Amino acid sequence: MDVFSDPLNRDVYITGFLWILKLTVAGGAGALVLGVLLAAMRVSPVPVLRGFGTAWVNIFRNTPLTLIIFFCYFGLFSTLGLSLADDIDLNNFWLGVIGVAVYTAAFVCEAIRSGINTVPPGQAEAARAIGMTFLQTLTIVILPQAGRAVIAPLGSILIALCKNTTIVGTIGLMESSSAMKQLINENGDNVIPIFLVFAGTFAIVLIPTGYAFGWLANRLAVKR
Amino acid sequence: MRITRLAATLGALTMALAVAACGGDDEGTGSGSSAKGIEGKAASGKLVIGVKADQPGLGLQTGSTYAGFDIEIGKIIAKGLGVPDSGIEWKTTVSSNREPYIQQGQVDLVVATYTINDERKKVVNFAGPYYKAGQDLLVPTASTITGPEALAGKRVCSVSGSTPAKRIQTDYKDAKLQQFDSYSKCVTALAGGQVDAVTTDDIILAGYAAQDQYAGKFKVVGKPFSEEPYGIGLKKDDSAGCNKINDILKAAATDGSYKKAWDDTLGKSGTPAPELDTAALSNCS
Amino acid sequence: MSTDAVLYDHPGPKAKARNLVLTIVFGIALLGLLYWVYSRFDAKGQWDSVLWKPFTESSTWTDYILPGLLNTLKAAAVAMVLSLAFGIIFAVGRLSDHWWVRWPAGAVVEFFRAVPLLLMMFFIFFGVPFLTEQPMSIFWAVVIGLTLYNGSVLAEAFRAGVHSVPRGQSEAAYAIGMRKSQVMSEILIPQAARAMLPVIVSQLVVLVKDTALGYIISYSELIQLGVNNLSANYGNVLQAAIVAAIIYIIVNSILTSFAGWLSRRTRRKGRAPRSPGAATQQVTAEPGLGGGVA
Repeated sequence: MDVFSDPLNRDVYITGFLWILKLTVAGGAGALVLGVLLAAMRVSPVPVLRGFGTAWVNIFRNTPLTLIIFFCYFGLFSTLGLSLADDIDLNNFWLGVIGVAVYTAAFVCEAIRSGINTVPPGQAEAARAIGMTFLQTLTIVILPQAGRAVIAPLGSILIALCKNTTIVGTIGLMESSSAMKQLINENGDNVIPIFLVFAGTFAIVLIPTGYAFGWLANRLAVKR
Repeated sequence: MRITRLAATLGALTMALAVAACGGDDEGTGSGSSAKGIEGKAASGKLVIGVKADQPGLGLQTGSTYAGFDIEIGKIIAKGLGVPDSGIEWKTTVSSNREPYIQQGQVDLVVATYTINDERKKVVNFAGPYYKAGQDLLVPTASTITGPEALAGKRVCSVSGSTPAKRIQTDYKDAKLQQFDSYSKCVTALAGGQVDAVTTDDIILAGYAAQDQYAGKFKVVGKPFSEEPYGIGLKKDDSAGCNKINDILKAAATDGSYKKAWDDTLGKSGTPAPELDTAALSNCS
Repeated sequence: MSTDAVLYDHPGPKAKARNLVLTIVFGIALLGLLYWVYSRFDAKGQWDSVLWKPFTESSTWTDYILPGLLNTLKAAAVAMVLSLAFGIIFAVGRLSDHWWVRWPAGAVVEFFRAVPLLLMMFFIFFGVPFLTEQPMSIFWAVVIGLTLYNGSVLAEAFRAGVHSVPRGQSEAAYAIGMRKSQVMSEILIPQAARAMLPVIVSQLVVLVKDTALGYIISYSELIQLGVNNLSANYGNVLQAAIVAAIIYIIVNSILTSFAGWLSRRTRRKGRAPRSPGAATQQVTAEPGLGGGVA
């Protein structure tokens, strides 16, 4: 544990996890919004929207996140000229957020779609019978119930997202995996304690998060 | 009870499988021969040499083989040890795994733009140096950057966790550092204008600048601000092998094979072959 | 609930007109976006034939892309088999009646699900050799990393699957005198596997994608060979990455459609367990549906 008594190394550790936290929060929010929109598109009456949603899911769910993050830098930023901040780290951070969000949105979309399937058809039929439009049926009747049914899957997705943010390190953000790599490079004789601290931090935060989502899912489940 | 027995049996089985599997893959690099050092290994007619695979001019996978100055140096050493070209297995290494590769016996030698320094000397032995590089900057031809002092406020790119990146972070704090996992990406970003300079050893930069697709676009600033003597890494306890490699390098300097190695690779861009300083071959421990 | 046409009325003339307008507006916006992307790529010279030409040469495929793809598939195939085994063993472990089996199995599964694969692979390659004093091959570091993570996720899937088998099944099996191991291996696991097929397959897709993380220890997979090494020769990083992405999408789509075929086949044989949806029971989305946790 000597490694972490050096304040410089502690800084590397803390900065690394701060980036992970920020990426998780921003990426998670983006993925949720995008995912719900995509799910709505996939069940909508307009064929083009359905096709768009399906294409999105098939493309982004089947491409490694490493490549998506890469495209965010060399496609969005380099070629399309989308600059999100003047600061290098901040720019890379936002590019990372976009990458993580578009990737995870595909999973969120599929989870929500399966949640919609748990709502009995009678609910939608009743909604239509009293004259509700598609958007009303979806937002007032279906999604609130579907949302409560997919809390557990969304929890797993959020946890996966948090771990996946380590991949943003490939475009130079010093998040925790890069931080760990750096510390191991500089302290080759302390590989095991360094790994245990980094892995342990993830475990200590994410395992309870998993259980919390399980508990929440049970509490909020729609009783039928 | 039955279930647990089943689980335990299956568990043991998997474990055994994993162990057997792990043990099965390291033929040719076995640690058994390490006692006799590199010469003992060479006697078997085979050598595993760790090289870079993505550095034009030095160590680059081109088609099904590798090409570059480091590769030629590797061949010279193999030949001196009595191993024909066909007995060499090239293994791709990246900067961060060179020491573990040597320590664990995954490779017998490393010839991969490997700077000799005291920290690394603690864990590996260095023959050489066979070339003296220095950290420099690669910039667009029209750039006004003349040296590291001019980097303040500029975006400079290097490989994450590398010595050049570290030097920028500590010595030139005003520069903005962008890190990737390979120099190819840095050079792509430089071509796209996302960074103002790429920094690493001058010889690596020259390799990129000389590539067809970048011809005339970039220049190496030419003011090295560090000394990077390139060595050949091998096991820490193999002093005899280390000295033997130095003897091979000395012979290569006199019989012209060193010059030929240069002329066939990096020399193609017009840079004359450097003189190999045989007096400096004194890093073996 | 089948999503088709339950959420909205059959479109009448007015709705049809509105859908048409939406289609046109969205279609034009999408085409406009694509054209803008195209023209930006054009302005930056990314369509230059020099950058794409390598992909018309056979050596690009035989020396970089195909060997890389082969290594990706090799690692993925071995890891798939091992993680299925790992998943079944640890699912059974977590369902054990003995706390001294249940707890360690639970701890292992929870830990490996929580640690990023990137850290795991890095540690297996650089850290484990310090413990075993044996060199670790890159290939096995990648495979073991993939197995520990995906195996743990699969363990949870199998466990959920076993819970989804109606209790009457195991009670009946015990009643006819089956031992606990027989009940598990002949009654519960086969049904759980069938019920969980979608989630198992999407996890296997995740596994294929995750081989890409082998870059951190320079495993010679598709991205390392087909993007990094290839572009070091031709300076076409973006083009190489586009080709690699297309290959990944094709491979994973094949895997997914194979799974669809498999699940239709097994369903035809019938008797996939119904979800435990008794009248008073809480309804949550089946973990199997839309699954995969990235």
